Amino acid sequence: MVIGHLKRVDWGLALVMALSFGSGAWVLWHEGWGVARGILEEDAALFFSILPKVALGCLIGALIRRLIPRETIEQNIGEGSGLKGLAIAGLIGLLFPAGPFTIFPLAAILVTSGADRGAAVAFISGWLLVGINRAIIWEMPFFGMDFVLFRFLISLPMPVLLGLLARWRGFDRVFIGNGQPERRDAP
Amino acid sequence: MIVLGFTIFLGAIAVCLSLLALKRGRPVFVTSLEDAKGQFLHLLPRLLIGILGSGFLAHLLPKELVLAWFGPKSGMLGTALATLAGALTPGGPVVGYAIGAAALKAGADYAQVVAYVTAWSLLTFNRILTWELPSMPARLVLVRAIVSLPFPFLAAFITVLIKSN
Repeated sequence: MVIGHLKRVDWGLALVMALSFGSGAWVLWHEGWGVARGILEEDAALFFSILPKVALGCLIGALIRRLIPRETIEQNIGEGSGLKGLAIAGLIGLLFPAGPFTIFPLAAILVTSGADRGAAVAFISGWLLVGINRAIIWEMPFFGMDFVLFRFLISLPMPVLLGLLARWRGFDRVFIGNGQPERRDAP
Repeated sequence: MIVLGFTIFLGAIAVCLSLLALKRGRPVFVTSLEDAKGQFLHLLPRLLIGILGSGFLAHLLPKELVLAWFGPKSGMLGTALATLAGALTPGGPVVGYAIGAAALKAGADYAQVVAYVTAWSLLTFNRILTWELPSMPARLVLVRAIVSLPFPFLAAFITVLIKSN
């Protein structure tokens, strides 16, 4: 159990830790406690403001996993789901009203409950590129209607294309998914 | 206000799903709740570390330099620079749009700004570190990053094609 837990500290987390603590130490060293404290306070405020959304994201993900049978997910957005599966995944991403703190955990849950990596990539890309929520709340005020609409329209097919590329066989060696991510030593 | 609205909407989805689960039987709901708690506790320290880093990294990145990389008629090199700039711009909902819009007003090429926003959306190094790596399998993140690389260029290319006609 303890070893299993230690294994979860993967290289990704190690990199994040090194960068976080490194940049924090750099700011503290070069610009003093006053500047560092200001940043820390902003970070803390952000952290606490997202906690309820993170919790809701986890809850929604867990409920979806229990409620929707694995076969249904596999059938609709699994490996054999074809272009339609990618389109569905991209559309869910486009419509899903949430921030990164909900999207990425949800994608991680999807790949352990039957979705393939192409669908996960299409889902994330749909949210990143053509997420309605992002476009309306954040992009529109800065760019105005014309730019947003133009970018939206040319980006619309991209989640499906990205998912197709991610399904390329060559990536099998990088990530298999479908309930067997990374830990190949497990029985 | 709108942001609060979305949180309430998320809450509503969660409540509906919970009711559905309860209808299937109490054990379904309880195990879901435990799953959710496990994942939440797994994420908590990771998110804290990621958010700490995002604040300090955003502070350290020279925003003027990122802005200066946009040039009108800068061609493929400009697109490549815009892509790089997009990837280096901190995540969070505002920064990339703010810089992109400012660059557009300052006379930067439309296509380069589209490439920049696309790169910033898909590849922000900062968001990958803050959110994606802590909450997803690292190898899946790698696949997503690799397949995303050509897309800022594709977006710029399509923009040039449409705008020049």
